[in-house]
Amino acid sequence: MSGRREHRHGLEGPRAATGGSALVVRRETASQTAGPYVHIGLAPQAAGFDIFANNFGSVVASDKTRGEKIRIEGRVFDGIGTVLKDILIEIWQANAEGKYAHPADRQPGKSIDPAFRGWGRACTDLETGVYAFDTIKPGPVEGRNGRRMAPHVNAWIVGRGINLALNTRIYFSDEAEANASDPVLNLIEWEQRRRTLVAERLDRRLDSGAAVYRFDIRLQGDDETVFFDV
Amino acid sequence: MGREPQPDAEFMMRDTTSHPAAYTPQYKTSVLRSPKLALISLQHSLSEVTAPVFSASELGPLDNDLILNYAKGGMPIGERIVVHGYVHDQLGRPLKNALVEVWQCNASGRYRHKKDQYIGTLDPNFGGCGRMLTDENGYYAFRTIKPGPYPWRNRVNDWRPAHIHYAISGNGWVQRLVTQMYFEGDPLIRSCPILGVAPSEEQIRGLIALQDIGAFVQLDSRAYRFDLVLRGQRATLFENHVQQAPEGERP
Repeated sequence: MSGRREHRHGLEGPRAATGGSALVVRRETASQTAGPYVHIGLAPQAAGFDIFANNFGSVVASDKTRGEKIRIEGRVFDGIGTVLKDILIEIWQANAEGKYAHPADRQPGKSIDPAFRGWGRACTDLETGVYAFDTIKPGPVEGRNGRRMAPHVNAWIVGRGINLALNTRIYFSDEAEANASDPVLNLIEWEQRRRTLVAERLDRRLDSGAAVYRFDIRLQGDDETVFFDV
Repeated sequence: MGREPQPDAEFMMRDTTSHPAAYTPQYKTSVLRSPKLALISLQHSLSEVTAPVFSASELGPLDNDLILNYAKGGMPIGERIVVHGYVHDQLGRPLKNALVEVWQCNASGRYRHKKDQYIGTLDPNFGGCGRMLTDENGYYAFRTIKPGPYPWRNRVNDWRPAHIHYAISGNGWVQRLVTQMYFEGDPLIRSCPILGVAPSEEQIRGLIALQDIGAFVQLDSRAYRFDLVLRGQRATLFENHVQQAPEGERP
């Protein structure tokens, strides 16, 4: 049955003519590194020029956004501890109620926040290597088969030397109880590795009052961050 | 059985044999930037099947015109080309309203970037980036100057074939793809350590745009055709759901 459905859709598009079988599944286009100049395309101001009227950036929440204002900041390290200054990170998260601004999220009783899309991108600074997102703390989202996931932010990491984008999750140190029952953290067999996904809430706050979390990413080596095959 | 995919349908498991390995010593920078431990495989939740939705109002009228979007009183130098194609998923469905972002160097092989030190000259009228949304058929098009090849520090005489970088955002967070497009006939394609990490001839061919004479703009521009395939999305049959159905839809 599912094969028939695929066949119906599979007849569209320029390459379909080569597929005689009803069960043709095409190969995904191969990934290639985003390279050292990823900023030009995704964050031109970081590359040193201004071109678009509307830039996609690291300020994810506005004053109108509901929820606790937070900053997530950190650095990215290679396998021998070098701070990397040419990495681009994107985040995607639910709003304060734990709902994603996307039509597929049909969790009952939760509403979209019109002042929050939940998506941002930041570069590790070309000089200091620090990245930062200004956002809000997400609420918990229903996981598979109704199991509640602890508040988390999804992160996607690309840059020079990374052949296929890396996916990880950012959890929060002040959510120890929720983290302990999170279905994804619990999938990680090596318990000591789970802490690589937990952002540490720092004592300091921004002038705006936002709480600051530190989340460092280690691409390789001791305490290598958990990355997901999703 | 037989029902159409739900909006929260999960994505097909990523076929990692379609992609380069993380650790590829011929591309030296990957050596210290590749995770050594196994990735943790996750079944999808809402966190994976949702993604930002973009609207045309977020983009400017020249965002997909790299010939004009940084022109400062003159035109950029180089070969004028149109690049166009379709974005489909693995099951052949067009990817609608996908954000396609592109970036490249200029005709001299120089990037407009603080960190690019190449002796090739900057072009005052060329920025090198653009973006657009696919239409209801998954179609995208942009106009640009054909990028030049350039040397890079890997081995001492490694040169990148002319290429355009792509980043595509589809229907789900895990459908996102970053890649590079190359040009048919470029003699540097054979020896490029970065293109060479692609896992097979078939996958390399998939990254090479073909000259598309039928789409040439007469007396103006040549054209290249570049199609992309992103991850397929399909309904979950029977139980085992990404999320519980809302109250009114429960059986």
